[in-house]
Amino acid sequence: MRTLIFRATAPYLTALMLLYSIFVLLRGHNEPGGGFIGGLIAASALAIYGIACGVSPVRRAIRYHPMAISGFGLFLGAIAGVFSLFAGVPYMTGLWVYPTVFGVELKLSTTLIFDIGVYLVVLGAITSIALALEEKERD
Amino acid sequence: MDLTFLAFFAPFIAAVFAPFLVRIAGHNAAWILAVVPALIFVHFAGFLPDVAEGGRVTGGVQWIPSFNVNFSWLIDGLSLTFALLISGIGTLIVLYAGGYMKGHPQQGRFLCFILMFMGAMQGLVLSDSFFMFFVFWELTSITSFLLIGFNHNAERSRRAAMQALVVTGGGGLILLAGLIFLWNMTGVSEFSLLLGTGDLVRESPFYLAALILVLGGAFTKSAQFPLHFWLPNAMEAPTPVSAYLHSATMVKAGVYLVMRLNPVLGETVAWETILPLFGGATLLVGTFLAVRQTDLKLMLAYTTVASLGLLVMLTGFGTEKAIEGAVLYLVAHSLFKGALFMVAGNVDHEAGTRDVTKLGGLLAAMPITFGAAILSAFSMAGLPPFVGFLAKEEIYYGIAASDPWSIFITAVAIVGNALMLVIGFAVAVKPFLGPKVETPKSAHEAPLLMYAGPVLLAALSLAAALWSGLFHQFISSPMASAVAGVPLEITISIIPKPGLALTLSIVTIALGVVLYFGLARLRAAMAATLEAIGWGPDLGFDQFIRGLVRLSVVLTRSLQNGRMEFYMTATFVLLALWLFRTMFVADEWPAMPAFPVLSIYEWVTVAIIAIGLIAVVRAKNRLTAIVSLGIQGFAVAILFMLMGAPDLSFTQFMVETLTVVILALAMTRLRLSPQDHRSAGQTVLDGAVAIACGVALTFILLQILQTPFDRTLTDFFNLYSYSLAQGRNIVNVILVDFRGVDTFGEIGVVMVAGLAILALLRIVPKRSLGSAPAPRVPEAEPVAVGKE
Repeated sequence: MRTLIFRATAPYLTALMLLYSIFVLLRGHNEPGGGFIGGLIAASALAIYGIACGVSPVRRAIRYHPMAISGFGLFLGAIAGVFSLFAGVPYMTGLWVYPTVFGVELKLSTTLIFDIGVYLVVLGAITSIALALEEKERD
Repeated sequence: MDLTFLAFFAPFIAAVFAPFLVRIAGHNAAWILAVVPALIFVHFAGFLPDVAEGGRVTGGVQWIPSFNVNFSWLIDGLSLTFALLISGIGTLIVLYAGGYMKGHPQQGRFLCFILMFMGAMQGLVLSDSFFMFFVFWELTSITSFLLIGFNHNAERSRRAAMQALVVTGGGGLILLAGLIFLWNMTGVSEFSLLLGTGDLVRESPFYLAALILVLGGAFTKSAQFPLHFWLPNAMEAPTPVSAYLHSATMVKAGVYLVMRLNPVLGETVAWETILPLFGGATLLVGTFLAVRQTDLKLMLAYTTVASLGLLVMLTGFGTEKAIEGAVLYLVAHSLFKGALFMVAGNVDHEAGTRDVTKLGGLLAAMPITFGAAILSAFSMAGLPPFVGFLAKEEIYYGIAASDPWSIFITAVAIVGNALMLVIGFAVAVKPFLGPKVETPKSAHEAPLLMYAGPVLLAALSLAAALWSGLFHQFISSPMASAVAGVPLEITISIIPKPGLALTLSIVTIALGVVLYFGLARLRAAMAATLEAIGWGPDLGFDQFIRGLVRLSVVLTRSLQNGRMEFYMTATFVLLALWLFRTMFVADEWPAMPAFPVLSIYEWVTVAIIAIGLIAVVRAKNRLTAIVSLGIQGFAVAILFMLMGAPDLSFTQFMVETLTVVILALAMTRLRLSPQDHRSAGQTVLDGAVAIACGVALTFILLQILQTPFDRTLTDFFNLYSYSLAQGRNIVNVILVDFRGVDTFGEIGVVMVAGLAILALLRIVPKRSLGSAPAPRVPEAEPVAVGKE
């Protein structure tokens, strides 16, 4: 798997895929996409990087243990629901704000936070499995 | 806030602070903590005048309105007496524990557990709602588990705690089923409303089922034969626990339940047969086994079993006088048994042993403890002028009659009471009188904290009898009325009235005195008998647990044999069978679909799928097979795209990619031989299972497509996806908004599955590869978990 071409292109491919996964995540509410699929894309990106350049560069690159990322995602998912309690509506009711940044109106919502949580959970869980498997491949 | 509401939680709050208080104030923290139960006692004592006039206080707050479940309480004669006993004796026990456990490194924890138990028990008797009742019921089981297993370093303590939890906790589950029966039969889930529905319940065809289930709960909690064995074993607990749980409170919970439901379930043949039979058997077994013991606490424990039997027997006997006797005896028993347990604890604490054959002549050293002991023993023996005497007289008034059944029950009661007299005096007299015996510790009087409790309880035994008018007016008459369901007035006093009851009392006392002097011989005879039998429910419990473990081992070995092929085959065979079964039972087989008209690129995609499949089957090497499996997966994703499901297609692409990658990684890690070496027979079998699954799924999908499509949900989401949730991607809107909580659960599952796989991967290197058929292949498709 460690061909020169693959190793040379993998970092760029990974970066592009990660960027794309975020794009897919953010547009998910209106167009095909969303946290789940975004997380899958990001996980594949990291898997590619791992296969091409080894596991430890990936671990260094993501800094945190993938399971911790997954756990943080679950935390975000739970937190996203709590906002609604302050608004006096049932748990996990979606809330929206429309701030204008540089003349562009943004639609931000608690469901977006929730979707980011889904993204991180999927990314973390699958990456930790893939990395563990790749690691063992070499010993 | 309503003070009663506060009283429900006060013991739990105190429990939280107990360890900190002990750290600051040492054993004197007991003085501070005892204030809580004392205040609760005062609060509930305030209800006495109301209840004495036949009043019934209910109250509470709504808890889960959508299920019509309330946090509600019921204060009538029955629950009030119990609440007073629990908080009153509880106060004394907390003080006693302060002295008894002085200097124990875990005293804070102990007081914490005792207070938690107090809260649970108090909640149990005051609950009006079934659900609260059940929660508190199980909470008493759990807290008593903690208390019995307090000396958790001792194997016997752990066993006793586990045994108590299994028996009483299991009984609680049976009880829950019974309560649900009652709820369904009557439509009410509160005792205060249930009490008016007796006729409805008794005429229901499910009466017997409900009765047996409820009694299953009551009999396990109140240690009725043959489930009595956990109670004596629970004597492993420190003495304050025995004095509290196993005399006045926890074990009476079953009696409380029987008494509470007497107006509803009572007055039937089943009730009046089952209760006296089990109660009578428990009374006799308990007293005879008590005779056998030489340990003070065990002697008392078995007489507790016997007393519980007597109470159950009386409650089920059916006459009003018998109920009055039961009520009087219950109060009397709580007072004298609590005192006697504390006396036993004092003797143990000061003299260093509880073995009655190694004790004697402690009178000079421990006069105050002896005073409490002898007064309580008089009450236990049913001698005037103590409340035990009132109880015994009333009991004989209630059960003595000329029909054979009454004569039989009366005979049981006489034997039981006589033996209780024997044990009472053996506990209260033997250690104190007679020649001085050398004890492990040189005995002296227990400290104030430890004799205050028994002395006060003994004094109450006397006071209740001397001022019987007041006692009946405020305590026993309202309680008996609540148990009977009709107003009753108890009039018995310490002035003996000549008659049958008095004669029977005298017979009992005479028999008891004779047996007391033959105690040593009686004990030897019982020991010999038990040795001859050689088996008891206690051993039976161990056999039951062993059997359970063995069964689970056998089951696990046969179902979870660690062979991946077996799991896969079983899963897919069942899947195919179930799919076919559904179509077979409903008799709905799909019609032959019309031949589809497809465009050229759709045909090409289908051809790719077919090529992929052929490649999988014909692949010489595993890796090729896995990659080929990916081919048809991608082709299916293209089909989704062509059919207008971009979201699905998108996900399918990613899932397929990751499946292939992870499967390939897992396969390389397993170091399997690159080729597949299945026998021909195995190949045919696996192929048949695969084809069966494929055909079944195809049929089901065709059938689904041929069923008219219900557009309600589609229309709903089309309509509201943007207006309510501001998103046009319906799939995503459903996932993160409409069914967000579901998704939250699913990502939790994804994460846990990831953790589990990670753990499995970490385990492997520690085992020597190639040994034991360990399941070494993790499920290689974690992504399927969260797939919608």
